[in-house]
Amino acid sequence: MSKFKKFFYSQKAAPYVFVLPFILSFLFFWIYPLCSTITMSFQDITPTGTEWVGLKNFSKLLKDTVFHTAILNSFEYMILTLVLLIPFPMLFAVLMDSRLVKAKGFWKACLYVPALTSVVISGTLFRLMFSEYSTGQMNVITAALGLGTFKWLKMKATGLTALLVVCCWRWTGVNMLYFISGLKAIDTSLYESAEIDGASAWQKFRYVTIPLLKPTTIYVLTISVYAGLSMFMESYMLWAGPDSPNNIGLTIVGYLYKRGITKNQLGYGSAVGIVLLVIALAINIVQLILNGTFKKEED
Amino acid sequence: MAGTSSVNEKAEGGMKAKRTVLTVLATGWFAILSAIIVFPLLAGLIASFRPGTELIRKGLSIDLDFSTMTLANYKYLFGGNADSQKYMMWYKNSLILTAVSVVLTLFICYIVAYGLTMYNYKLKNFLFFIVIATMMVPFEILILPLYKEMISLNLIDTMAGVVLPGVCGASTIFFFRQYMTGLPKELLDAGRIDGATEYGICFKIMMPITKPAFAAMSILCAMGAWNNVLWPMLVFRSAEKFTLPIGLNTLLTPYGNNYDVLIAGSMFGIIPVFIVFLCFQRYFIDGMTAGAVKG
Repeated sequence: MSKFKKFFYSQKAAPYVFVLPFILSFLFFWIYPLCSTITMSFQDITPTGTEWVGLKNFSKLLKDTVFHTAILNSFEYMILTLVLLIPFPMLFAVLMDSRLVKAKGFWKACLYVPALTSVVISGTLFRLMFSEYSTGQMNVITAALGLGTFKWLKMKATGLTALLVVCCWRWTGVNMLYFISGLKAIDTSLYESAEIDGASAWQKFRYVTIPLLKPTTIYVLTISVYAGLSMFMESYMLWAGPDSPNNIGLTIVGYLYKRGITKNQLGYGSAVGIVLLVIALAINIVQLILNGTFKKEED
Repeated sequence: MAGTSSVNEKAEGGMKAKRTVLTVLATGWFAILSAIIVFPLLAGLIASFRPGTELIRKGLSIDLDFSTMTLANYKYLFGGNADSQKYMMWYKNSLILTAVSVVLTLFICYIVAYGLTMYNYKLKNFLFFIVIATMMVPFEILILPLYKEMISLNLIDTMAGVVLPGVCGASTIFFFRQYMTGLPKELLDAGRIDGATEYGICFKIMMPITKPAFAAMSILCAMGAWNNVLWPMLVFRSAEKFTLPIGLNTLLTPYGNNYDVLIAGSMFGIIPVFIVFLCFQRYFIDGMTAGAVKG
């Protein structure tokens, strides 16, 4: 017993005791479910029993037009969020970081507020704002602009717009703060020497700010790609459930939820998850390669 | 824009006027942007003083007719009736769940990060690599197998089932590790010379000086736990265990007559996070942006 105690208190054992919770959590809540979902994707799981079906789930996915819609929706959404949520927050950050803006703290706080609200609350508010009645806020605005009123959540283009509005509303401020913290890390003497060389404001932005913000941009890009591809709750809240007319709001994770949870087809749902996993890892690898090449360039 | 002050002093009147115009434009731009961003919440707040049936019939819009505003929704929400009791229960569940998951998550992530930073041993880099690797798989992929696992472990519909899978948050470990690599390791040896055990050093010497990291992470974790929906929605089944977001979500039915509670309850549900944000704004931003600079 005392031997064990001595070992437990030794400098050799202590680090392993400290990391033990992580190892347990990793085994039980990461490796095990990951392996189990991979196994399930090759199985047909019904209340009566489990049957090994090989690649049947995947070949079914290849022909499943609803799944194609889900993939298309997720990609469209992800790419458009990248277009909207990287350049604009970056410009806002540069502007906010300049000496031109007064009462900075107040504006930053206002822009951050959406990130504090639960997706349930913001989703409910936007669902009501995108109401198809002419008195709904979005229709009031479009009518005032002379565009008429829309059945927002019943058509593909307007439904996607609604999702993007919610996304921009929630993340513009957060991404702006990321870029501001990135700007703070840039050495101000670089701007001074650029000024001595007679650089214009645009040149300073193009040749100093953008290259030196690259680590931040890559970070924001990575989390945006992941969040965009695995988006589900926003759509779930806007359409009050996983179903939307003609699947206009269906995403990959939405389809995983529908098959796996609503219809209790764990095998087929897992196959959807595996496709998402492969996509996510592929994007990650591409990004790591690009990152590595960039590093060589800098050296 | 940096380093212009000396230029500024020598500037002519024309430059100054131009600068003033630019200042007004830039500040005005953020005023407009902030107004747009705050608008939905403001509209929700105003709507919460009107009957919920109006929301179903008209959708959400800003209608500043004060004569039709009443406190009826809030009176109903706190009136002690069946709906009100349900709401209070969800609120209480959310508070408890948030407190439990923050304390557990911070404690565990702290010791794991400590083990990954303060010692040199064979598996250290490999373990840290695994921490990073777990971040590369979106959590949503794991919901089906985890759901099945929770059923077989009998953890479905329990708080443990909600909290445990998230207790070793890779990003929280990462943040603690980031902070701790900057701490002086000589303190460990000093502690050992004074006769403290390895665990005594971890909790009595190092933990107090890691306080700023705890502050930043506790706020972020609390916000995450308070607002978390997807996983708790799968694990909790009985209405008396629901957290606030899940409970509110059950009120969002197309033909529901619960919109009074839904909108007033939603607005009241933002308040705790809001108060914490106003008090500790700096820590929010520190904790959130910590990963971004280093990439």
